[in-house]
Amino acid sequence: MPPAEATQSRQYLRPLVRWESALVVLLLATIALGDHLSPAFMHSNNFFYLGLNVGEVAIIALPLALIVITGEIDLSIASMLGLTGTILADTTSHGLNIWVAMAVTLLCGAALGLFNGLLVTRVGLPSLAVTIGTLTLYRGVAQIILPNSSLGGFPTSLTNIGVVPIPHTQVPYSVAIFAFLAVIFAIVLHATPVGRAIFAIGSNQEAAYFSGIRVKRIKLWLFVFSGFFCAVGGILYSLRFASARYDAGTGLELNAVLIVLLGGISIFGGRGTILGLVLAVCVIATLQDALTLDLMSPQDQNVVIGALLVISVILPNTSSIYRRARTRMASAAARRASRRVPAPESSAP
Amino acid sequence: MSAADAPVDAQRASAYRVAEAVVRFRELGIVLALIVVIGGTALDNHLFLSGTSLQQLLSGASIVALLAIGETLVIVTRNVDLSIGSILGLSAYMTGDIFVHYPHASIVLVLLAGAGLGLVCGVVNGAIVTLFRVPSLVVTLGTLYVIRGIDASWAGGNQVGAFSLPDSFNSLGYGKVLGVPYLGIVTIICVGVATYAMRTFRPGRDLYAIGSNPEAAHLAGIPVQRRVFAAFALSGLIAGFAGVLWLSLYGSVDSTAGTGYEFEVIAAVVVGGVAIFGGSGSVLGAALGALLLNTIANSLVVINVSSYWDQAFQGALLILAIAFDRLISLRLAPALRTRRSARAAG
Repeated sequence: MPPAEATQSRQYLRPLVRWESALVVLLLATIALGDHLSPAFMHSNNFFYLGLNVGEVAIIALPLALIVITGEIDLSIASMLGLTGTILADTTSHGLNIWVAMAVTLLCGAALGLFNGLLVTRVGLPSLAVTIGTLTLYRGVAQIILPNSSLGGFPTSLTNIGVVPIPHTQVPYSVAIFAFLAVIFAIVLHATPVGRAIFAIGSNQEAAYFSGIRVKRIKLWLFVFSGFFCAVGGILYSLRFASARYDAGTGLELNAVLIVLLGGISIFGGRGTILGLVLAVCVIATLQDALTLDLMSPQDQNVVIGALLVISVILPNTSSIYRRARTRMASAAARRASRRVPAPESSAP
Repeated sequence: MSAADAPVDAQRASAYRVAEAVVRFRELGIVLALIVVIGGTALDNHLFLSGTSLQQLLSGASIVALLAIGETLVIVTRNVDLSIGSILGLSAYMTGDIFVHYPHASIVLVLLAGAGLGLVCGVVNGAIVTLFRVPSLVVTLGTLYVIRGIDASWAGGNQVGAFSLPDSFNSLGYGKVLGVPYLGIVTIICVGVATYAMRTFRPGRDLYAIGSNPEAAHLAGIPVQRRVFAAFALSGLIAGFAGVLWLSLYGSVDSTAGTGYEFEVIAAVVVGGVAIFGGSGSVLGAALGALLLNTIANSLVVINVSSYWDQAFQGALLILAIAFDRLISLRLAPALRTRRSARAAG
């Protein structure tokens, strides 16, 4: 029967109707746009610059994605990135070996995240307010450590990561680290009990608690990871610019939130994929790169990217508005039809 | 009910009274903190209490306090408006641009133009949030970028300096009546009107109902979407208006004006006792929160703590304020339960 066949094929296609497919289309469109705008776009070393500017934000967006899926938010990420960068510069300038300094920095990052996490889970404060507070607090501490100057003094072999890709490739180190982490995050989120728990917390925290999930502990660990990976981002950021400043990365929290939301991760929690996040990173990086090659100023690019974010939240909802209107019309039609024909099943015994 | 329960009930009732007093006079707590900060600083340097210094405190806090009015309206409905800093920047630059092209433009018209521009931005925010039922955090994050981008592409690398602004406009920023700066007067009037309206008029009360429970507010016949829309529109209008005043206060503007104000304003609002998830708090508290944060920033300078410590203090204060509110609500919950059961029994 043709109708059944049609519905069958539609069911077959249904897995494709999702946010990630839209992102793939968007990514292809952006690549086409970039190729159209500039002949340099498809050049292989363009890929290096494309990735270089987005690497650190992408890394700090990963733990943020998990936090958003549990229904919380962490706005202090960019401040943690800035603060850990100054810690790295400060400890190395006091003569600490760079590798030891990195370990110290990572620990400090985790401690900063722990502080956020304790306030949210143990004191029970709303994460939005707490992390706006630590956004200011951490940036302030960075300013106390490194008031008004930039501090460098990192070994050249390490600061090279800002100009040299991984040997024999065009991949910047930060992007390679992001790709590696993305795979691990994807496995943890989509293929382990912890990942299921994270989704469960996001869709219904009470239910998750009563089914034996340690809600607070998981959230606490996510905040700790967020601090830790912000320290990774802070180290990469400082090395890339060969110096640390207290205001490094100011405002990056908004970029990271933008990537997470564009990746189709629901701000209300409970929904989202790492694949979507990775695609969103690709879209943003490609778009920024294409527009830069077209000599559009970074400020003008903000209009495009902001509009993209707004459209990305409106679009899925327009389909639901359409669906709502259609069901309403269908039920109205059914009511009219039932008025004309007396319902047969009401007379049946 | 036995006699042994009576003292427990009495204890709970008194706990309730204390909690009620603290909540009702949450603003009082901020006033006390203000007095402590001002008094402590004045002990160190008596000039802190001089007229000029107090005037500076007032006009310095006025911009954030104005923005806090609009932000409070929005946050009380369980939404958030992140775009106010960008709206302020755009409006400030537009004002500067008007004066560059029409040096004799009327100040009233300029204020209206700024407010009108802000209103347009607020209407866009409100329309997207209410028509498409999408989270305001996301929408206003997007419009933060878009409006800042429009501002930047309009301004380019340009800067409008005080020399292109008419003297009458500059005097708006530093002029005063009877020792009170104009900006302070404007802010006090706006805060007074908004506080009264939020307490007394029905649409104001509706905002609290929506924030406490959107579903229940809808079922109670409150036009939820229309009220939320109005809150966003007003927030935009106030931000646009504040943009003009911002320019009169600082005297020069480029494309970065007001960057980061969104978090500063939210901090002031939350320190002022407005719950970040809506339903409670007052405009007066939010404005006092702005005044407190600005006073602390100033007093650090006076007592010779490096101004580098300012941000850290502000952040710590914000966290303390929400922790304090949480403590109160924990104490309040059993007290409210007592009252409810007492009512049921009576």
